[in-house]
Amino acid sequence: MSLLVFVEQRDGKVRAVSREALGEASRLAATLGGPVVGVCCAPADPGLAALGSAGADEILLAAHADFALYRPGGYARAVAAAAEVVKPRAILFAASSMGRDLAPRVAARLGVGLAADCTAVDVDGGKLLATRPVYAGKAVERVAFPRTPAMLSLRPKVFTAIAGDGRAPAAVKPLAVEHDPASEGARVEKVVATAAGKADLTEAEIIVSGGRGLRGPENFKMIEELAEALGATVGASRAVVDAGWRPHADQVGQTGKTVSPKLYVAIAISGAIQHLAGMSSSRCIVAINKDADAPIFKIADYGLVGDAFEVVPALTEAVRRLNAHV
Amino acid sequence: MLQAVCIKQVADTETRVKVAPDGKTLDPAGVTWIQNPYDEFALEQALRIREKLGAGEVVVLSVGGSGVQSTLRNALAMGADRAIHLKTDVVAPDSLAVARVLAAELEPMSAGLVWFGKQAVDDDAAQVGPMVAELLRLPCVTVVAEMELEGERAKVEREIEGGREAYEVRLPAVLAAEKGLNEPRYASLKGIMAAKKKPIEEKSVTLGEPNLERVSLSLPPPRGSGRIVGQGLEGVEVLVRVLREEAKLI
Repeated sequence: MSLLVFVEQRDGKVRAVSREALGEASRLAATLGGPVVGVCCAPADPGLAALGSAGADEILLAAHADFALYRPGGYARAVAAAAEVVKPRAILFAASSMGRDLAPRVAARLGVGLAADCTAVDVDGGKLLATRPVYAGKAVERVAFPRTPAMLSLRPKVFTAIAGDGRAPAAVKPLAVEHDPASEGARVEKVVATAAGKADLTEAEIIVSGGRGLRGPENFKMIEELAEALGATVGASRAVVDAGWRPHADQVGQTGKTVSPKLYVAIAISGAIQHLAGMSSSRCIVAINKDADAPIFKIADYGLVGDAFEVVPALTEAVRRLNAHV
Repeated sequence: MLQAVCIKQVADTETRVKVAPDGKTLDPAGVTWIQNPYDEFALEQALRIREKLGAGEVVVLSVGGSGVQSTLRNALAMGADRAIHLKTDVVAPDSLAVARVLAAELEPMSAGLVWFGKQAVDDDAAQVGPMVAELLRLPCVTVVAEMELEGERAKVEREIEGGREAYEVRLPAVLAAEKGLNEPRYASLKGIMAAKKKPIEEKSVTLGEPNLERVSLSLPPPRGSGRIVGQGLEGVEVLVRVLREEAKLI
């Protein structure tokens, strides 16, 4: 049986998170057998044949002039239609903004369960099992799928894409779409960029977060400068967001974003349990805090005890010097 | 306009999670139960709309055991008019099953707006809202960071990676609130007193055959113990060196 992957495009470009999902589907297909089929909603082919190298055998293109922007209803019907055609054993989405909105709609349409924001998928005795964090990462659950197709969304940055040079291009086939723009009761009029050029926290390789110890919003300038030097995205603790120093979109933790970057630098964050929940799956954690007893040091790989106002500018300088030498 | 707000009772975010002996569920010992934080933004927005229109009714609904009544009572104290408790002792982590129970109750209510929080902070699934919308064939926007009602339509902004999607929404519709949509009020003493007299209608419901089955619940592997690389400015040099040579991250 095949595996179906929703291939997400924005502005005519396939998003990296969809390559991750294709990579995982391809790995599962090696055990389960069957082809990896993608389905993409777009106004025109965004170069789907090239996804052969990412693990796709075939891509169904649901083309409609109105599909330049996300159309919740139209996209959900298209993915459900693809499932009718392909009759997959499982449907994979990226747990991106679009995937987390779209997947539940498709699941409700198909009448099957959905495991959201998974961090691992394995096959046990021919059965799919998904691992996903709950309580923002304070615990993990494993779930099984009593119905077919199994539906899963995969957390960004956790699964790796395949760089499969030499693989055959994917066969791109049209998928008949039924879409009436006027029937879209919730219609995206436009997309407003708020952080142009910066990776979103959920997709960032490096995050530099600041906490209440910075004493005021103006002092986030040094956090931004360090982030700039590291090529990082800026995050914040709940205390800082609740105080209005940073927008909520920056919040890391249980009522903010759960993140898994390669490197997480926590500055002047003491480490409340709800914050730790949101970032403890980061690959490497650096904590900078003047209180040597701060709970953040218990989960940090590397700790630096010091006053942020003194050490952060020095750290930024040191990173800049390194960058200059490379 | 009737507005329905679907709320969930969850473990407080300060909870240290312990797994029950069955290996599948949260050990409830010592857990403080609260209204899901995101649901507060949903309820607050519904109350503001009712106040602005000067008419209408806000009904809160919750699926769960008898314990959820305290959360419903709190929502009434914040200002909801009445509550419906969809009572079931089997609380499976199965969003579709819960969505079906809610959709069946909501369908004859014909609410102009059905509100949810963007996700519950226990299972973090973020599914029940859009599933209910799909089952009722209603328009839906999730992760709502801004919302302005304009008659039978609403202007809504949804938080996405690095930006926002601006939606035009036709009512009736389902909306799932993000933190920051508003500043939720606290229940006043007067509200708490008034809530005691407001009705909570209790209805027994049954969740259908499972769509998703939890096999196990466990704690994540503890992180390997790290180390303090240094103090103050001298530590900066060491930190840069370990990040470069040991962790190979910069």
